[in-house]
Amino acid sequence: MQPILEIRGLTKTYKGGFTALKGVDLSINKGEIFALLGPNGAGKTTLIGAVCGLVRPTSGTIHAFGEDMGKHWRRLRARVGLVPQELATDMFEPVLRSVNHSRGLFGLPPNPALIEEILRALSLWEKRDAQIRTLSGGMKRRVLIAKALAHEPELLFLDEPTAGVDVELRRDMWKQIALLRERGTTVILTTHYIEEAEEMADRVGVIRGGEILMVDEKAAMMERLGRTEALITLASPLTEVPEALSAYPVSLIEEGRVLCYRGGGGEGSSSGTAEVAELTKALTRAGIDYTAIDIHESSLEDIFVNLLEGPEMQGAAA
Amino acid sequence: MSLFNPRSAWTIYKQELMRAFRTAMQSILAPVLTTTLYFVVFGAAIGSQMSGGVGGVNYGAFIVPGLLLLTILGESTSNASFGIYMPRFTGAIYELLSAPVGVGETLVGFVGAAATKSLILAAIILVTASFCVDYSIAHPFYAFCYILLVSASFSLFGFILGIWADSFEKLTIVPMLILTPLTFLGGTFYSIDTLPEPWRSVAMANPIVYLVNGLRWTFYGTSDVPIGLSVALTLLFLVICVGFISWVFRTGWRLRT
Repeated sequence: MQPILEIRGLTKTYKGGFTALKGVDLSINKGEIFALLGPNGAGKTTLIGAVCGLVRPTSGTIHAFGEDMGKHWRRLRARVGLVPQELATDMFEPVLRSVNHSRGLFGLPPNPALIEEILRALSLWEKRDAQIRTLSGGMKRRVLIAKALAHEPELLFLDEPTAGVDVELRRDMWKQIALLRERGTTVILTTHYIEEAEEMADRVGVIRGGEILMVDEKAAMMERLGRTEALITLASPLTEVPEALSAYPVSLIEEGRVLCYRGGGGEGSSSGTAEVAELTKALTRAGIDYTAIDIHESSLEDIFVNLLEGPEMQGAAA
Repeated sequence: MSLFNPRSAWTIYKQELMRAFRTAMQSILAPVLTTTLYFVVFGAAIGSQMSGGVGGVNYGAFIVPGLLLLTILGESTSNASFGIYMPRFTGAIYELLSAPVGVGETLVGFVGAAATKSLILAAIILVTASFCVDYSIAHPFYAFCYILLVSASFSLFGFILGIWADSFEKLTIVPMLILTPLTFLGGTFYSIDTLPEPWRSVAMANPIVYLVNGLRWTFYGTSDVPIGLSVALTLLFLVICVGFISWVFRTGWRLRT
């Protein structure tokens, strides 16, 4: 299947000499939710800006819907939506007029029914006549989402969509984004919140220093790079790991009172948890009693932190 | 998709006009009041003391085209510059830049709205002036066309200013420190022909002289410079501004990172 967005060798060097993107290659599949993870200054917003026409790339190509964005920008931009990171809009405008303006800007005729549907879905209909400046931060962000949806984009960029919003509203927005996917919209979101990517994304890309470190299916990434950690509290402390357990990746911690297992795959993989089960049987066979087991599987956050902190991972991942 | 989307242009135009009406006190009432005070002080009060007028035209009537132009130049420049500078300043420009909108729609929207507002202001000022001074317009159609031409040209200039400026100070510095003094020295209150040499020659280097006299010709059929030269220079200025803005959109100068 042809990707809905294909970026090849994208580089952006600013006037001062700072290179924000270093030959980025990225393909986005139609209908997926893709999460781009990275720390501040990683190049996430520059990458989005380059696709949406806010940033002029230094080199590289961007193809959307199979066509060159540089050559057919008018036709292609009409199919792309953007929700920026900053709450940037005319704050004195009423909500409804502002959203209608966005649709008109994209050259489309008014569609009151669609705009009402969007505003209702984002719980903004009751506030349609309110000036945007009078709304809460979360509501303002919803207005930006409504504005981006007003021209019915097939490809939607959400730059830090839940930055600064409370937990309840964040979960509400996740539902909205899931609904968009159900309608066939391809969503690319950047986020600091690993939880967000873990909750919603089909695929995850990790970017740092303008380079994509890794792109993979979320589940595959967690299976490949995830780890299972089991802490087995022993009935009696041990001085060393018994010979019967030498085949397992275990170590003694807390003065021999806890046997620590670290191994296997992460979420979605049965290898780690299965090995822990085998380990408990081996403990029983060796006559070693235990009082508690605490199993923890590494989250996407652990993987993300490892990727960013472990330089040895970068070479393998790239 | 065509090279020009009228609906996009109309959307920008409508938004900009609404912005002007939203701040009607500042953008309409203030310039009308200021210009009216000029008519009262210079036209009705001082003008009534000057017998014979200037070039056969009553002094109060003589200053009408110049004062009208003073307002049009300032307001066209300010409106268009604020129109594009504010979204740049707040970051809301992202919406325009990410939309399928080119230089054509942007100019028709922003510049068209600024020029429209200047035309509305001109109409209000002319009506207001009629209560203070006795004036007439010899060539109403040409006067309309000339006001339109000047409004469009200086709205384009204001648009460039709004793209160039990176602070509010820079935004106001050109209208306040360049346009207004040049207009005052450009024959708004006097005929250039009355100046002794070398000041007359110096005054002829002021481009505003040609604008004031161009408009004065449409009112009274006489001017210090040929009307053809005034129109040609204004058109040249308009073409240069359009060319520069096209270049801005092509290169993304000060618009795209």
